[in-house]
Amino acid sequence: MIDSLYEFFSFTDPNVNYVLAGTVLLGISAGALGCFAVLRRRALVGDAVAHAVLPGVCLAFIVVGDKNPFALLLGALIFGWLGIIVMDYIIQNSKISPDASIGMVLSVFFGFGVLLLTFIQSSGNVNQSGLDAFLFGKAASMVPLDVIVFGTLSVLIIICIILTFKELKLVSFDIGYAQAIGYPVKKIEFLIATLMVMTITVGLQAVGVVLMASMLIIPAAAARFWTTSLAYMVIIASVVGAFSGVAGSFVSYLAPAMPTGPWIVLAALSAFLFSFMFAPKKGEIARFIIHQKNKKNVNDENILKTMFLLEEADERKQRGRSIGEILKRRRMYPSTAKKGLNRLVRQNLVEKYAGQPDLYMLTDKGRKRGQRIVRVHRLWELYLTDQVQIAGDHVHDDAESMEHLITPEIEAQLTKVLENPLIDPHKSKIPES
Amino acid sequence: MLPPIEVHDLTLAYNKKPVLWDIDFDLAESKLIAVIGPNGAGKSTLIKAIMGLVQPASGHVLIYGKPLDKQREKIAYVPQRESVDWDFPINVLDLVIMGRYSHLKLFRRPGKEDLKIARDALEKVGMLPFEKRQISQLSGGQQQRVFLARALAQEAQIYLMDEPFSGVDAATESAILELLKELRSAGKTVMVVHHDLQTVAEYFDWVLMLNLRMVAYGPNKEVFNNENLQKTYGGRLNILTQVVELTKEKDFVREPGHD
Repeated sequence: MIDSLYEFFSFTDPNVNYVLAGTVLLGISAGALGCFAVLRRRALVGDAVAHAVLPGVCLAFIVVGDKNPFALLLGALIFGWLGIIVMDYIIQNSKISPDASIGMVLSVFFGFGVLLLTFIQSSGNVNQSGLDAFLFGKAASMVPLDVIVFGTLSVLIIICIILTFKELKLVSFDIGYAQAIGYPVKKIEFLIATLMVMTITVGLQAVGVVLMASMLIIPAAAARFWTTSLAYMVIIASVVGAFSGVAGSFVSYLAPAMPTGPWIVLAALSAFLFSFMFAPKKGEIARFIIHQKNKKNVNDENILKTMFLLEEADERKQRGRSIGEILKRRRMYPSTAKKGLNRLVRQNLVEKYAGQPDLYMLTDKGRKRGQRIVRVHRLWELYLTDQVQIAGDHVHDDAESMEHLITPEIEAQLTKVLENPLIDPHKSKIPES
Repeated sequence: MLPPIEVHDLTLAYNKKPVLWDIDFDLAESKLIAVIGPNGAGKSTLIKAIMGLVQPASGHVLIYGKPLDKQREKIAYVPQRESVDWDFPINVLDLVIMGRYSHLKLFRRPGKEDLKIARDALEKVGMLPFEKRQISQLSGGQQQRVFLARALAQEAQIYLMDEPFSGVDAATESAILELLKELRSAGKTVMVVHHDLQTVAEYFDWVLMLNLRMVAYGPNKEVFNNENLQKTYGGRLNILTQVVELTKEKDFVREPGHD
């Protein structure tokens, strides 16, 4: 395994290099174009087109008699386009919804393709060996001429995407506006569709028609986690695509009899799962950490608030409060309260009272924070009863969660609309800000 | 003087269902014009037809006396906010620069001058501090202001806005209103689909009242009255509605004009 890895990446075998170049270029073009398909919510159209090219490929083979890449390309382009036209025609001229139309084209064209494939296989043509690779892909079956033809096509697709990036971006984001400022929207959509059919054709041998859509969709979906910029998204998707291509050719090198499509998909999927888990901000782990942090923050604010309420009740600031006293006022797990108090001591919002280990007291800074939470809570309750006309006994729970969310700007607005109020709906004094 | 927009006998059909009948008016120059009418009256459709987004069954539109295709750079369009996906991976400045695309040849990238105009437009709507923000992180009112900034960046003569006041906060509402007044002082013509009858008289100079057909069009003082409001909003037009229903059942063939 290690030896093979070394041989593979030493780039000494020209055949391997050809296949590798082909799959990497495919990965880049499919990854980049896939971003637009995904953002325009046309991912399933890609799947349908991928399946629809199969009969074109088979017919090309029947007419020419061998796997000439130009003939296959022409056949795939014609049938890919035919699929798109049929889908659009059904959607525009009937009450059949887009998903039904996509499903029909996908299955009918693919069924016809499988029929032709069976016919070719039973015809006894010696050149037909490897034609079934078009179903699930076989990177190793690519000969240098295939790589030159499809590689050139990939480069062409990539250049097209770079040149028309601005147009693709606008049409994908706001097609109505693009039309309103006089963009040739029909032509751009035609270009996108053509690029899609071309990409799918390029992927025929390495990935196969059944799984080709995943090369358009998965890299784009993975890239979405890492960035909020379209340009970066396209670049990241291309990298993921290229990585999947390399993985596919490597598997094909190790086990030439194995279909490569599933392996390419698995490689793309691993990139997706990695993004799904580890991407900053949008990944599951990052989101979990943020959620935990928020929970701690809410908990700490509740302790500060409770301590402020205790002071408010007995009007004594210089008094140590035990955890028991705090828990009597507000229910929480004793362990959570203890941890929260320790955090607050570290942040200098709470201090130990007269050096005693189990008695706590607010610092000036902590008292301010607690006071603000109480103020926002009561302002919000007053706003709900006064302006939104919600009954006074229904507003407390809502205020419990809003008190941690309301920003100083909204607090200022509340103060203004309520005309600097002093008393909340439950007759408690609203503390100053 | 040619009017900013001339609409001639415009009839529109969606999937062969007529939604606007024989609309005919000349837009007044340098005015704020409200388009009002009940839901389904065809207000948005009228704007879309002027922008060439829907094909009329008959009639035509002229912009300063010429067909739209020759005058695109003179007219800016603000679509409804809900018409786009706000999770799209671009930031505020990217979105506003799209307003410059109408001045750029195909395949050309926006330059420094375009960037400056886009940022000026953001400044005018008070959104410059947010220029690097991802558009999904904007509030509804901020989204609307960014949409307006994109139209401003087009530096057009005429502005067509589809419900810019819908679902925005009070601060945005007054910011938009200020902007409309500024545009008027700069001699621009602004046509706004509006749904708040309370503010029509206060915000706008002229009003176009629409309900499948044009009920009234003119300066507020002359046409914005109870009688016309009654005609626009009160009850359905019995016979016209029936005919519309009829055209849905049967194939609607609009004969070409005979003039």
